[in-house]
Parts: sequence; C-alpha cells; structure tokens
Amino acid sequence: MSKFALITKGFLKENPTFVLVLGMCPTLATTTSAMNGLEMGLATMFVLILSNIVISLIAPMVPDKVHIPVYIVVIATFVTLLQLLMQAYVPEVYETLGLFIPLIVVNCIVLGRAEAFANKNSVGDSALDGIGIGLGFTVSLVVIGIVREILGSGSVFGWKFIPGDGILAFVMAPGAFIVLGYLMVLFNKLAKR
Amino acid sequence: MAAKSNLKNMALSLSAVCLVCSALLGGVYAMTSGPIAEAQAAKTAASIARVLPEFSAQPELKTVEVEGTEYSYYDVPGSGIAVISNASGFGGPLKLMVGIDEKGQIVNTVVLSHSETPGLGAKCTTDAAFIDQFKGWDPAARKLAVRKDGGEVDAITASTITSRAYSAAIASAYDVYLNLKGNE
Amino acid sequence: MEYLLIIISAVFVNNIVLAQFLGVCPFLGVSNKLSTATGMSGAVCFVITLATVVTYLLNRYLLVPFGLEFLQTIAFILVIASLVQTVEIILKKISPSLYQALGIFLPLITTNCAVLGVAITVVSKEFNFGSGPHMMNLAEATVYAIATSLGYGLAMVLFAGMREQLARSNVPAAFKGLPIAFITVGIMALAFLGFSGIV
Repeated sequence: MSKFALITKGFLKENPTFVLVLGMCPTLATTTSAMNGLEMGLATMFVLILSNIVISLIAPMVPDKVHIPVYIVVIATFVTLLQLLMQAYVPEVYETLGLFIPLIVVNCIVLGRAEAFANKNSVGDSALDGIGIGLGFTVSLVVIGIVREILGSGSVFGWKFIPGDGILAFVMAPGAFIVLGYLMVLFNKLAKR
Repeated sequence: MAAKSNLKNMALSLSAVCLVCSALLGGVYAMTSGPIAEAQAAKTAASIARVLPEFSAQPELKTVEVEGTEYSYYDVPGSGIAVISNASGFGGPLKLMVGIDEKGQIVNTVVLSHSETPGLGAKCTTDAAFIDQFKGWDPAARKLAVRKDGGEVDAITASTITSRAYSAAIASAYDVYLNLKGNE
Repeated sequence: MEYLLIIISAVFVNNIVLAQFLGVCPFLGVSNKLSTATGMSGAVCFVITLATVVTYLLNRYLLVPFGLEFLQTIAFILVIASLVQTVEIILKKISPSLYQALGIFLPLITTNCAVLGVAITVVSKEFNFGSGPHMMNLAEATVYAIATSLGYGLAMVLFAGMREQLARSNVPAAFKGLPIAFITVGIMALAFLGFSGIV
C-alpha cells in the first residue's frame, strides 16, 4: 500500500466508526458538540500514533504469550501521559471529556491497530497508519458532532445561529444512537458509489 | 516473528516494559505536577473572585461543622467568605460556591458542578435572570425558597427541582455564615 | 433504603449502556441471540463486581496513601486484565461447557469500557445517596457495581428480544444490520430518559 493510501484509508475504506465499527463508546459520548468530537479525536490520535510506533519497535522482542499485557501497559502509559499533559495545560478540555480520556486505554481502535497492523509493519508505516486511522476517527467524530450540535443546540463549533435551544434529545443519549444510525446509512450509500 | 515464549524472555520483556514506562511516567508526573497544581489554584481563585467583591488578601481555606455536616469555605478578610455548599439536584449533587460579604448579604453564586438536564436545570449556569436575582440578596430579610414553597426565589421555567436545590444550597451556606458569626 | 436508591439509579436512571454509553461494542455484538446475551451478562456482572472491589481497595490502600493516583489508569487496567485471565483459567477447570459457550467473548471483557468505566467512576465521582454528596464506601461501591451490571443485563436482554424481532421484519436494505440496531437503541434510550429525576 502506498504511503498516501495508508493515510487516506482511514476516511473511507477502513473508517473506524462507520466501517470497522470500533470505539463506539467515546463516539457516542463525546459528540455532543463538534468541538468535543474534535478534541476527543485528536486525543485518541495522539495515543494511537505513539502506541503504534512503540509497539512496532518492540514487537520483535516481545514473546507471543505476554504480548497482550505488554501492549496494554504501553497503551496505558501513553494514555496516562496524555492525562497528565491535559490536566496541566488544557484543564477545561480535560474536564469536558472526563471519564473518556482514561477509557482510551480500552478503545478497541488502539489495541486493534496494534494487533492488526503495528506489530507486523515497519515503524514508519505504523506511524502513518496511526495518522490515517486517527484522522478518520477524528473526522467521523466531528461530523457526528456537527449534526448533533446543529440539531440539538442550534450552533456549530459554538457559533449559535438560532436563539435558545434546539431539539435537546440530540445532545442527550438517544440522539447519539439515532444520529449514528442514520449517518451509517448515509455513509454506506456514499461509499457504495 | 516475535521472540521465543520461554519464561526468561516473558519475564524479561514484561519487566523491561514496566520499568521503562514507570520511569517515563514518573518523569512526566514530576514535570506536570507544578502546572497541574497551578491550574487548580487558578480555577479556585477565579471562582472566589466571581462570588466575592474585589479583594487583595489571600483566601484561606477552612472547615467548620454545622449540624453534623462539614463545610469548606474560603475566608477572605475584608471581603467575606466563599462557602462550598451542596444540595440534591434533579440529576445528581449540585455544588455551589456562595459568596457572602461581611454584612451577611449574598454577593454572587457560581456552580462548581452539576448533573442537571441540558436545556432545563442546566440553565442554572447560564440563565442570567435566575443567577442575578441572588446578587445582594439578604437572607435575613427574604426567604431563600422558590415561590411555590413560600419563598421569594423565581424558579427557572420547568426546573423547579433544580431551582429548589440551588436555593437550598445558598440557604445552607448562609447557615454556615450565621454559625461562624455566632462563634465570633 | 440508600442501597435501594443506588440500585434504582444504576439500573434505570443512569443505565450503563443507554445513558452512560459504556459497554456498547459487546452490547451490539452479543445481543443478537437471547441465550448468548444472558450468558454474557452473567460473566460481565461477575467481572465488574470483582474488578470494582479489587480496584477500590487498591486505590484506597495503595495508590492514594502513596500519592500514586496518576498510576490509576495503568493499575486498574492491569488488575482487570489479570482478573479476566484468572476467571478464564478457573472457568476452564470448573465448567468447560460454559467456557466453550462464551468463547471469544470472555477475553474481550478486558476491553469492555463498562468494566474500567465503573471502576474509575466509583473512585472519582461524588454520589448523592441518602446522606448528602460523598465518595462511595466499599459496601456502596459493591452494590453499585452489581446494580450496574444488572442494568447492563436488562438492557441486553430487552435489546436481544427486539433484535430477534427486527431480523424477521421488513427493514429497508440500507438500514439492515447495525444502522437499524443503533436507531432502535436510541429509541430505547429515549424511553429510559423518562426515568430521570426518580432518585
């Protein structure tokens, strides 16, 4: 696969949200607004790229029987690093995303890419894979976030275009599931063309 | 392509990874604990500044027990006290910081945390009309309860429970003030 | 009385899947047959309760006294991974048939956000049951964990029933499979929203 394809596959062919259907929990919980979706996507991409690089580096040296715990420790380390850096430099974002930052550890995307790609490919390719899937994830989150924000709060990235509230169900739990369902249908239709 | 899965290799790789990761984390923790503490302190200072009139003294964190419950408050000599008060809201605990000046009047209130419904109870953080009514409120003269309960607080539309909790939290803060004044 | 409030809150008001969005991936993957759904709920209940108790104690007696809270994420996930591994080994010995039935889903409980999610929530959020807002003690945490997994099981069983019905219905081709599943869960979540404010 060409280097360029490695990055762009995350958008369509191997879109983690609409095709691979991984990482659903943060997708549903943090897309209450476009900004939140963007922040969560970037945070996950940070961990994904770093863990892909490190795991691709150490994979040849790790015995098969302990590879899962080792990968988990590596991923958890980067998640904790992210937590500390966010608490220190962007505390409001840290508070908004709350529980879902430490939950990046069990985000199937991160461990999934480590198992499916990083431990079999070069460091460079693994990094690009991290960027590609990470970007695909971020873009999906932002799209879902934009839809929920427009319908639920009448704003886009915080810029309100109607006074008062929208249909509040969309920024709450039901809206997350319903919007995701409909966007999946749309995505499948577009991807088929 | 991975190394052989014998006991020595497994133990070695697991320990090596744990050691390196702990060292890395320890380092980053040491590096960030300063900024983290500063960020927390800045946030608290910002809240206190919002609920009390301008002050130059350093707020002191103290605790006091009133009727079996422990309250934390910030004592700002020359300005007043900022009490951290809780009440049961609609979706969970409602935590407020209430600024009471030395004359016993509410200066301002700010929500520290809440689990209220977006668009309804959550308006307690954004509805200026609701929040502003408490500025300059004298609890000795006017009852801190929603109009439905015989008080003078105008509740948020369709969010009586949240408004009740908000008023109750301020009332508890006032009890702390009275308790402290009584003990002077 | 307080424990009843915890149970009602965890099962209905703040249902782990329908309100807190935790445990969605296995929820969708396992719920297409009622029998696997019940088996999975049982396994998850056991792991969540055990994991919550162990991580609570670990946090209270090791992490907090030594100022090591920043290692919470790593410590908790390692506890969970080892617990699942241990449960697998024990289950293989005492009930090989159940072990076979659960198959791949047993090791996957490690990456179930519900387990780590509940463990972290119990040690970080202030709860408001009975005696005013406070951090949970061990007894409350255990009840919360059990109740949360009951809520998970309830949602899964309800949903499995609906999915079996959906499979027999005339769903437009584009919606078949996951999309209609998500929309259905969304409507379920809407129904559960009606429970808010009870406690």
